[in-house]
Amino acid sequence: MRSKRTVFENRRIQLVFWVVLALCYLLGIFFVGLGVKESAYGICFEDKFLAPSLRHPFGTDGLGRDMFFRCMKGLSTSMVIGILAAVVSSFLALVMGILSAVLGGFVDKFINWAVDLCMGLPHIVLLLLISFMMGKGMKGVTIAVALTHWPALTRLVRSEVLQIRSSLYVQTAYRMGKSPYQVAVTHMIPHVLPTYVIGLILLFPHAIMHEAAITFLGFGLPAEMPAIGVILSEAMNHIAAGKWWLALFPGLLLLTVVVLFDVIGDNLKKLWNPQSGNQ
Amino acid sequence: MQLTVEGISFRYGKRLPWILKDVDFTIKSGQRIGLLGTSGYGKSTLGKILAGYEKPIEGKVLLDGRALDDKGYCPVQMIHQHPELAVNPRWKMRQILYEAYTPEEKLLQQMGLELSWLNRWPRELSGGELQRFCIARALAPETKFLVCDEITTMLDVITQAQIWQFLLEVAEKRQLGMVIITHNPELGKRVCTDVVRIDELGT
Repeated sequence: MRSKRTVFENRRIQLVFWVVLALCYLLGIFFVGLGVKESAYGICFEDKFLAPSLRHPFGTDGLGRDMFFRCMKGLSTSMVIGILAAVVSSFLALVMGILSAVLGGFVDKFINWAVDLCMGLPHIVLLLLISFMMGKGMKGVTIAVALTHWPALTRLVRSEVLQIRSSLYVQTAYRMGKSPYQVAVTHMIPHVLPTYVIGLILLFPHAIMHEAAITFLGFGLPAEMPAIGVILSEAMNHIAAGKWWLALFPGLLLLTVVVLFDVIGDNLKKLWNPQSGNQ
Repeated sequence: MQLTVEGISFRYGKRLPWILKDVDFTIKSGQRIGLLGTSGYGKSTLGKILAGYEKPIEGKVLLDGRALDDKGYCPVQMIHQHPELAVNPRWKMRQILYEAYTPEEKLLQQMGLELSWLNRWPRELSGGELQRFCIARALAPETKFLVCDEITTMLDVITQAQIWQFLLEVAEKRQLGMVIITHNPELGKRVCTDVVRIDELGT
């Protein structure tokens, strides 16, 4: 049966294909954005409010800056913040989740209390407070976004570790003479790793959205820096005047990036999960 | 060889009632003791204590007069009621089967296990097939005693018969001691050399 199927009908290969495509697109934006020189989106009053054309695919804004390159630059800045936030937050989550599950008792209670505390506050308020306290700007945003994305993943890691620690097959492995180290390497890490990596990838879109959100509200990146939040909040001033391209393209770009990260995360989840891995 | 339980008591929490109280129990190599009794009287708990899954709160478990070692391969192995919980769902069957030792191909054939199944994940096998893998996995050469906790309860009658026929053959050949936990007195009579009721153990 299986051999008669063509390559593209295999769901596994399809999933990998989508993941690779999404990765290419994201990495493309990331590196193009990093490579863009400031002159590419310099101020040029002759080109004020130009509608999208071949020369300016996303049009220009009120200062004649090319929106395409501003968006690219802004998105790659967002991605850098996203990567930092995801790495820091997921590391915090991993350490706290494992400590909580392994030590139990007081540590477990304390970490759960901290998780509840952070999840109880509206996320955006917490972000604003931390960013404001840290003096706004790139530093403030990065710290705020990095320090507030750990609670959900902490819970997830904790429950995964708890579950596998008490599972029959881990206990059986101990009875078969396996050392705690062997059990950790062969049973526990492979069990927690997919959850962790997928959690890390799915943190990205959150971090990027939150970065854009606090910048949009004026508590994040400074106005002269090209950032999606800045671009969108400027666009709000012109949208009533019919300058639709100022909001549409940056908005679409942000949306695609966020959705693509989600696609990668979800597809990896399907590939990794033994419930669906062989389908 | 002789596996002895001396005056063990066990409960799952400090405020919970005793499940086992002052239980004495002995089994010799080659003996097959059926452990019968009502649900909730601690049959499985006693099995877990024998195989080292739980530590008794009082009393000791001795193998030929010496306490069981926590480290290394435990000569008392347990086969569980739900094989799907006793295998890592992320491992393929080959890794699961070879976790403790490398069984001979002959053994797999005797048990009706096909080599192609080794490349499958546990969820792609039926309960009976999984249970046979779990039994093969527990039969390392170092195994001297087997605790079988309702191992065929969820299987159809033909599979039950196949599994027991095979297990009795191996037990006879290798002089294994077996503790067979079951609700089924008929099964107890058929496969065991002695039958003990759990509520008659201890006080």
